Amino acid sequence: MAQIIIKNVRKEFGDFTAVKESSFTIEDGEFFMLLGPSGCGKTTTLRMIAGLELPTSGEIYLDGEEISQKPPSQRDIAFVFQMFALYPHMNVYKNLSYPLVSQGMKRAAVRDKVDEVAGILGIRDILKKPVGGLSGGDRQRVALGRAIVRDPKAFMMDEPLGALDAEFREHMSEELRALHDRMNATTVYVTHDQLEAMQMGDKIVVMNNAVVEQFGTPQEIYDKPATMFVADFIGSPSMNFLAFEGTVGEGAQSVEMNGQALGIPRQRQGATGSLVFGVRPEHVALSDSGTYRGEVLATEYLGTTQIITLDTPNGDLKARVPAGKKATVGETIGLGFDPATITLFDKNSGQALVSDLNHEVLSNG
Amino acid sequence: MSSFSVTEPSKRSKWFAGSLVILYAVITMIPLAWIMLTGFKSPADAISYPPKVLFEPTLEGYVNLFTTRTRQTDEFLAANPPETWYEDIVRQYDMVIAGPSKFGERFLNSVIIGFGSTFLSIFLGTLAAYAFSRFRIPLADDLLFFILSTRMMPPIAVAIPIFLMYRQLGLSDTHLGMILLYTAVNISLAVWLLKGFIDEIPREYEEAALIDGYTRFQAFYKVVLPQAATGIASTAIFCLIFAWNEYAFAVLLTSGTAQTAPPFIPTIIGVGGLDWPAVAAGATIFLLPVMIFTVALRKHLLRGITFGAVRK
Repeated sequence: MAQIIIKNVRKEFGDFTAVKESSFTIEDGEFFMLLGPSGCGKTTTLRMIAGLELPTSGEIYLDGEEISQKPPSQRDIAFVFQMFALYPHMNVYKNLSYPLVSQGMKRAAVRDKVDEVAGILGIRDILKKPVGGLSGGDRQRVALGRAIVRDPKAFMMDEPLGALDAEFREHMSEELRALHDRMNATTVYVTHDQLEAMQMGDKIVVMNNAVVEQFGTPQEIYDKPATMFVADFIGSPSMNFLAFEGTVGEGAQSVEMNGQALGIPRQRQGATGSLVFGVRPEHVALSDSGTYRGEVLATEYLGTTQIITLDTPNGDLKARVPAGKKATVGETIGLGFDPATITLFDKNSGQALVSDLNHEVLSNG
Repeated sequence: MSSFSVTEPSKRSKWFAGSLVILYAVITMIPLAWIMLTGFKSPADAISYPPKVLFEPTLEGYVNLFTTRTRQTDEFLAANPPETWYEDIVRQYDMVIAGPSKFGERFLNSVIIGFGSTFLSIFLGTLAAYAFSRFRIPLADDLLFFILSTRMMPPIAVAIPIFLMYRQLGLSDTHLGMILLYTAVNISLAVWLLKGFIDEIPREYEEAALIDGYTRFQAFYKVVLPQAATGIASTAIFCLIFAWNEYAFAVLLTSGTAQTAPPFIPTIIGVGGLDWPAVAAGATIFLLPVMIFTVALRKHLLRGITFGAVRK
C-alpha cells in the first residue's frame, strides 16, 4: 500500500485544459475523494494517477517513485470503472483471474486467490456465470474483485456507484467502505455526489474548472470552506451568501451589514469592497430579539427540522431550525448568526478571508 | 397467448409479412432453381422450347464440366468398352474422355484469391479501423474520406491504368496480383464497416486490460478482437462475396494460371456451341463455398447488420 503525491500536475487535450497545476497528497491507507461537478477534471486526474492519461506536465509519486510517464501495466494500480467494464466474453471466474494471468501466476495459485476474493465479496456462487446476465450489484462486486485480486498498491474508482439505482447505492457504499477498512488500501474515489464524498471519505479534494479548490477532511471542507464554490457545492441546502459592501479590518471581530453589527471570528486578513457573509443554514437561529430581520418566504418541513427561506436586505437566506419553531409566510422575524461559524469571502475572487476559524486550513491548502 | 400486447404484431400483419417474405424468396430463388435444374438436364432438354420442367435427370453436365473429351472412330470405341459410369455417358456421343478439364484449377484459383484477399482486407482493415477508432490521428477525418473516395467510382473505371500497371509490374495473371487488387477494392469497405463496429466497443474494456497488466497489443487481440468478432465476420462475408463474384477484372487481367472461375465458366464449349448443362453445373458448384461460408457465419451476419441499432 502506498502514498500518492500529485505535484503540479497539468493536463491539456489540444486547446482544452482539463486539469491546471494541481497538487495534493494522498496518504497511505486513506479513502480519498475527488469531488466536483462534471467536467471539472476529477476523472482526468484519476486517470493520470492510473496511467490511462499521461500528464502534460507535473509529477506523480507512488511510494516515492515518479510514475507519471509509466504505462499503466507497470504501476500496480487497480481501477474500477463507472460502467464496470467487465470483459463481456468471459465468465466471472475468468474476469477475476485475468489480472493474475497477466502476471504469469501458476494455475493453482490463481484458483486459490480468486476463491479467496470471491469469498470476501460473497460471489462464490456466481463464478461460473457469464457476466452478461449479472445484476448491477453483482457486476459491481466482480469489478471490485478484479481490482482487489492482485493486491495492488492503490485503487482508483471512477464513480463506481454511479450505475446503480439509488436504493442499492447506499448498501454498496457501506460495503465499499467496509471493504476498504478491512484491506486498509489507499483508495482514490471520484464522485460528483457531495453526500457520498462526505459519508465515505477520509479526505476530500474539491475540484472545479480544472482547479483544486480545496483539499482536507470532510469536517474542514464543510466548516471552513476555502472558496465560495466549495461553500456552495458542499451541504444541502448549501451555505448562505449575504452580499454587502464594506470594510473589515485585520483583527476585527464584527462586521457591519445593513446597519447591524454582526459577530465574526477574529479576522487575520483585512479587506474592502464587495464582500460576502457566509453562514450555514443550521447556524442561523430565529430570535425575536434579533435586530437583523428577514421576511419569511417559504417553509419546508423535513421531519425533525424545517428549512425556512427568508428575504433579507442582503439577499435570500435559508435557515435550518427545529420543526417545532413557528414561522408564517409573510411574517418578519429577527435572525441570529453563530459568530464562531461565519466565513467571509471576497466576492470578486471567491476566496475566503483568513480568520481564526480557518487559518490552519487555508495555510495548508 | 390471448393477452393483447401493443408491441406484438397482430396475426394478420404477421401473416402478411410472412407471405411477402415467401413471395420474395420464391422470386429470388427461381433463377437459382433454374440453374441447378439445368445442370442436370441433357443439352437437348436444356435448350428445348417451351422449357421442360419435368425431364430425365442426367449427370452429363457435371461430367462435361470436369472433363475434356475427343471423338473416336467406331473401331476404337468397339475395341474399348466403357469402364466407368461417366465414360458410359460420353459414349452416347461417340466420344471418350481425354482428361480432366481446367475447371478444378480455376475453382481453386477462385478459392485462393477470394479467401486470400478477404483475409488480407480484414487483417489490414481491422488494424486501420482500430487505429482510426482509438488513436488521435492527424487529419483522421480526411484520411477516412480519402479511403472512402476510392469507392466513389466503379473500380472498373480504372481498368486500363491497372491493366497497364500490372503488365509493367508483372502482376498480370498472378494470384498475388488478383489478391492485391481485390484487397485494394475491399479495404475501404472493411475499414469503414470495422471502424463502426470498433467504435461501439467501449474503451473501458481495453483500459481495464491495460490496468490489469497487459500491453496495448495484448489488450487489442485479447479483448477488442473477441468483441469485434461479429463485425469481422459480417465484413468478411461482404469482402468474400465481392472477390468471389468479381468478373470484369478477372476477364481483363487473367487468362491462364490465375484465372478465376467466373470468366472460365461461360467459356465451356460443348458439341455445337455452348454446353449449357455444363455451364449450369459449374455455376452451381461455384455458388457453394459462398453459400457455406455465409450460412456458417449467418448468426454473426444478422447481428452484424442490425448492430448498433439496438443498444443493450
